[in-house]
Amino acid sequence: MEAQFVYIGLAAVFGVFMAWGIGANDVANAMATSVGSKALTIRQAILVAAIFEFLGAVLAGGEVTSTIRKGIVDADLLAGSPELVIYGMLAALLAGATWLFVASKNGWPVSTTHSIVGAIVGFAAVGVGIDAVQWGKVVTIVISWVVSPLTAGFISFLIYGSVQRLILTRRNPLQRAKRYVPVYIFFSAFTITLVTILKGLKHVGLTISATNSYLLALALALGIALIGAIGIRRIKADPKADKKQHFHTVERVFAILMVVTACGMAFAHGSNDVANAIGPLAAVISIAHSGVIGAKSALPVWVLALGGAGIVIGLATYGRHVIATVGEKITQLTPSRGFAAELAAATTIVVASGTGMPISTTHTLVGALLGVGLARGIEAIDLRVVGRVLASWIITIPAGAVLAIVFFWLFKMILP
Amino acid sequence: MRQIVESELPNLLANILGSSPVGPLERHVGLAYKCTKQIVEFFESVIHNDWDKAASLRADIARLEHQADDVKKNIRLNLPKSLFMPVPREDLLELLLVQDNMANRAKDVSGIVMGREMQIPPPIADEFLKLVHCSVDAAKQARKSVRELDDLFTSGFRGAEVTLVSQLIEDLDKIETQTDDQEVVVRAALFAIESELEPVNVIFLYQVIGLIGEIADMAERVGRRLELLLSH
Repeated sequence: MEAQFVYIGLAAVFGVFMAWGIGANDVANAMATSVGSKALTIRQAILVAAIFEFLGAVLAGGEVTSTIRKGIVDADLLAGSPELVIYGMLAALLAGATWLFVASKNGWPVSTTHSIVGAIVGFAAVGVGIDAVQWGKVVTIVISWVVSPLTAGFISFLIYGSVQRLILTRRNPLQRAKRYVPVYIFFSAFTITLVTILKGLKHVGLTISATNSYLLALALALGIALIGAIGIRRIKADPKADKKQHFHTVERVFAILMVVTACGMAFAHGSNDVANAIGPLAAVISIAHSGVIGAKSALPVWVLALGGAGIVIGLATYGRHVIATVGEKITQLTPSRGFAAELAAATTIVVASGTGMPISTTHTLVGALLGVGLARGIEAIDLRVVGRVLASWIITIPAGAVLAIVFFWLFKMILP
Repeated sequence: MRQIVESELPNLLANILGSSPVGPLERHVGLAYKCTKQIVEFFESVIHNDWDKAASLRADIARLEHQADDVKKNIRLNLPKSLFMPVPREDLLELLLVQDNMANRAKDVSGIVMGREMQIPPPIADEFLKLVHCSVDAAKQARKSVRELDDLFTSGFRGAEVTLVSQLIEDLDKIETQTDDQEVVVRAALFAIESELEPVNVIFLYQVIGLIGEIADMAERVGRRLELLLSH
C-alpha cells in the first residue's frame, strides 16, 4: 500500500520534529543545574547530554514508549479500523509539537509529556469514542504525575539533609567532604545503573539475572566512585576564595559528584521523554506494517535510536543557547544543592521509566528543588512560579487534547 | 524555532530559583562600609584645615551612600512576599535597614561638619580621631559579619558556621563598647574646655560626637539583626 509510506513518513517527520523540540527545550532543564553550578562547562554539558540522552533513550526508553504506543488506546476496540489510530497518533504528535511552540512563545511552562498524553486521550475519547481509552491506565499515569514530584522532593530533602548533617554544619567541612563525597558518588551511580539494568534493558534484548544485575551495578558504581575519589584527591584548598569554612573548595569537591548526577539526569530524561516523540511514531509504524494494531509486536530499537538522535540534534543546535541562558541565571544552585536535586529527580525518573510511566521530567526536577528548599538549602524559591507550574497542568492537558481532536478530523478528511 | 529559544520557556527553572538577596546584601554592606570608612580621612583633613580635600571626600561619601541606596532599593524591589527562604523576609529587610543607617550617619556627620566648616578644637583632636577610628572599626566588623551570610545559607543556619558568626558578633559588641567608652572620654575632654569656645559650635560639636558614636551603634544593631537570623 502506498499509503503506508505516507503515514510512516509523516509520523517520522513529526516525531523527529517533536524530538528535536524536546532536545532544544526540555534537556536544558536537565542540564542547566550542572552548568549553573559551574560543575560543567556548556560544551561538556552538551557532550554529556548528547551521549547519555541517547543511551537513556535506547537502553531505557522502551517501557514508556510502549505505554504511549499502546497503553492508552484500547487496541481491541479499534481492530476494525486501524487507520483511525494512525490519524490519531499523527494528530497527537502534531498537537504536541504545536503546543510546545505556542506555549514557549508565550512563556508558559509546558510539559511535553502532559501534552502528548492529553492529545492521545483527546483524539481517542472524542475522535473515536469514550471506550477507546484505557481509563485505568490513564488514571495511573495521572497519579504518577502527582507522585513523581512529591517523591523526588522527599528524596532530595533526605539527601540534602544528610549533606548538611555530615558535612556542611561541621567544623572541618572540607575534610569531611573529601571523605564522604566518594560515598555519595557510589550511591548515585549504583542506584541509577541498578534501576536501569533491572527494569530498563528489556527492549534492547538483554536479560540479566537479578543477582548479576546487582553485581554489575555494584562493579560499575565502585569503578565510578574510584575515579571520582581520585579526582577529589587532586583538589587543593584555595585560601583566597575560601573563608574560614572552606565552603568554596567544598563546592568544588561536590562539583565532581555533580558530573555523575548530570550524566544520570541526562540518561533519565532521555529514557522518559523520548517516548513523547517516538511512542506515536512506533504505533503508526506497527499498524502501517501489519494493518493491525499490533499490541503484541515488539518495539524496534531503531525507532528509539531515531528519537535519541532527534533529541541530540535539537540539543546540539538550539539546546546549547538555552542551557547557557538558564545556566547564567541559576547561580544560587551550588553543586551541593544541585546534586541532591539531580540525584533525587534522576532516580525518580528512571524508576518511572522502568515501570513504563510517562512523567514530566521538569516537574519532577521542580519537586526535587522544593525538597532541597524545605531542607533550608535554597536561598530563595519563588512560589508564584511554582503556582504557575501547577496552573499549567490545567491548561496543557485540555490544550493538547483539543489540538489533537482538530488535527484528527483534518487527517481523517485529507489522508487516504 | 529561534523565537522559541529566545522566549521564556526554559526560564521556568531560572524563575523558580528566584533572585537571592544574599549577594546583594553582601554587596550593600560593602558599599556602606566603604562610605563610612571615608570619614577617617575626612576628619583628618578637617583637623588640618584642608577644606578642599574635605570637600572632595564629602562628595565621595555622598556618592557612595547614593550607590548603597540604589542597591538597597533593588533588594527591596526583588523581595516579593512569594519568596520562600530559610529565614523570614522581614528579618533580612531589617538587616538591610540598619546596614544602610551606618552609611547614612556618615553622610549626615560629614554634611554638618562641611556645612559649618567646623573646627575641631586642637586639645581634643587626638581623642576625637581615636573615636572616629573606633566607630569605623565597628563598621568594619559589621561588614565582616554580614559577609558570612552566604556561608550561613550554605550551612542552613546550623552548626560550625553559626559558632563562627556568633564569635564575630561578640567581637563586634566589644568594639562598640570601646567606642562608647571613647565617646565618654571625648565628651569629657570637650566639657573641660567648652566655656572657652563659641557656644553654638560647642552644641554642634556634641552633636557630631554623638553622630559618630551612632555609627558604631548601627554597626552593633547589624550584629543584633544577624543574631536574630542565627536563632531561626
